Amino acid sequence: MAEGMTWSVLDGDKLTQAEIYGQVLTQLGATNPRLVAMTADLAKSTKIGAFGDKYPDRFINMGIAENSLFGVAAGLAMAGWKPVVSTFAVFAALRSAEQVRTDICYQNLDVKIIATHAGISFGQAGSTHHCTEDIAVMRSFANMTVIVPADGIETGNAVVAAMDHPGPVYIRIGRGFEPPVNTTKDYGFQIGKAVTMKDGKDVTLITCGVCVGQAMRAAKVLETQGLSVRVINMHTIKPIDRDIIIKAVVETRRIITVEEHNTMGGLGSAVGEVIVESGKACAFRKLGVPDAFAIVGYPEDLYNHYKFDADGIIEAVGALMKKEIEEDENWDDET
Amino acid sequence: MSASAATAFVKEDYDELARKLRFIITDIICGAGSGHIGGALSLVEILITLYFRIMSVRPEEPRWSDRDRLVLSKGHAGPVLYVTLAEKGYFPREWLPTLNQDGTRLPSHVDQVQTPGVDMTAGSLGQGLSCACGIALASRLNKRNNRVFCIIGDGESDEGQVWEAAMFASHYKLDNLVAICDYNRMQIDGTTDQIMDLEPLADKWKAFGWEVFDIDGHDWDILFSTINKAVAVKGKPAMIIARTVKGKGNALVEAKVGSHNIKVPDKKSWDEYLDACGCRYDLPYCRGE
Repeated sequence: MAEGMTWSVLDGDKLTQAEIYGQVLTQLGATNPRLVAMTADLAKSTKIGAFGDKYPDRFINMGIAENSLFGVAAGLAMAGWKPVVSTFAVFAALRSAEQVRTDICYQNLDVKIIATHAGISFGQAGSTHHCTEDIAVMRSFANMTVIVPADGIETGNAVVAAMDHPGPVYIRIGRGFEPPVNTTKDYGFQIGKAVTMKDGKDVTLITCGVCVGQAMRAAKVLETQGLSVRVINMHTIKPIDRDIIIKAVVETRRIITVEEHNTMGGLGSAVGEVIVESGKACAFRKLGVPDAFAIVGYPEDLYNHYKFDADGIIEAVGALMKKEIEEDENWDDET
Repeated sequence: MSASAATAFVKEDYDELARKLRFIITDIICGAGSGHIGGALSLVEILITLYFRIMSVRPEEPRWSDRDRLVLSKGHAGPVLYVTLAEKGYFPREWLPTLNQDGTRLPSHVDQVQTPGVDMTAGSLGQGLSCACGIALASRLNKRNNRVFCIIGDGESDEGQVWEAAMFASHYKLDNLVAICDYNRMQIDGTTDQIMDLEPLADKWKAFGWEVFDIDGHDWDILFSTINKAVAVKGKPAMIIARTVKGKGNALVEAKVGSHNIKVPDKKSWDEYLDACGCRYDLPYCRGE
């Protein structure tokens, strides 16, 4: 853990993910003299500008030129610097996909990308500013690590952890304020190690990002209906925590993934791949944006529309609990 | 010429080296069965001048941190960089005929991960100048005096990212960056005039805030003096528009649009391409045939 970090769990109650990110990055600047921060005219929106205010000599604004943004970052990293790059998710993952792939990932360069406004967190801005494809794109790049923090507190932890994690890292955050799901920052955040937010034995919700909060709210309601719901915060999509998924399959036999992303290619697909390869059957559903370009609207309304808010999760759990699961005492005979 | 002969310039020796490297480029592309010969042959004098007369490098220590760097953004010209690096002693000449072969460390497009002496992976056009800007900026942040060279193609200059980088280098006053445009006036589908006219090219770069030199890209003296002038420019990046001939030095492909990529189906064709070099050299490697 980096020294000199003064941000606290209390910040999670009043700051957005991006605001905490800007604050944490600025503090990391003191102990990481090779850290350079870069953006493409989104210093204010992504909050990376906080670093620039403190360290103007290590802050590079490219103007509105995302392709060159990632190319320059690659050059800096090749010559021994540690660029932290922020722009909106749609520009990082889609417009500049090739620069991220070839310049950064192929050469396994130490570039950290913190992309904001991911998913439909800027839902009212329209399709140009939605990004429900970035997890799929980024996890398909070899060498890339993909993290989707659940709240501001976890965003701070993820940014700190990424600094000490060699190679390219993509951290995906939203736009606005989301109620924190963590009550402490000292819960042992570790890249690649999912967090069981709540234990349960009837069904498991595997989720990430802002959907962790939705899943927790759903689980509380479902408890009152007599269901024991496990909630797993899969903050790292790649490398994914295989053990925790297979344990959930064996112990609960019912899995629902919840993500603010296309249900094709993201967390649900990543979890599904692990389950299928394990050879262990379970009832499985993926919640998210169902392979569609999202309609325009406020994020909370869209989460509701696409049925991956707490209400939608409750409904999906109800439907999944009606599925009959064949009892099998002997898992060892399956491969 | 040996790698240590960097100091004394004897025109006849350099002419001879250029002829030999063109012959080897032709041979290894023929051995591979196909390859981007035109844009490799047009750069021979430029790369020899950079590596033998200008750049401060250590072939025995390819990642020496104070070295001058080259980003060959038109990465498909890999063969000309490979023969130059082998001549400098970065890797054994025996690697050269492995071009494009299974498991080679010399892929068609230049690859920093694979090849000692290659400073940046490139080949998807338009991306290299941004990377070179990053390296140049890093040198400034490192308070080092090393220079960064970047070779872009004329056809490559159709890519929008080139102009993003052009604006960036100028805005950040990257005077340790020297770009060279291999202006052979041909791209895959035709001449640059026909496909996407670049003119007035010098004025474009000037308008983007660069110091611009417009020269003959095959003349040893002009290349050497101009690169030195470009290196000395203060307060802004420099662009050398090097007027070259695509496929230069091989009669079958010289100044021909079709020279971008040739197919060499058989030994007869291979011999014809070698004959078209107008000279024969003992190859510095065994083909194991």
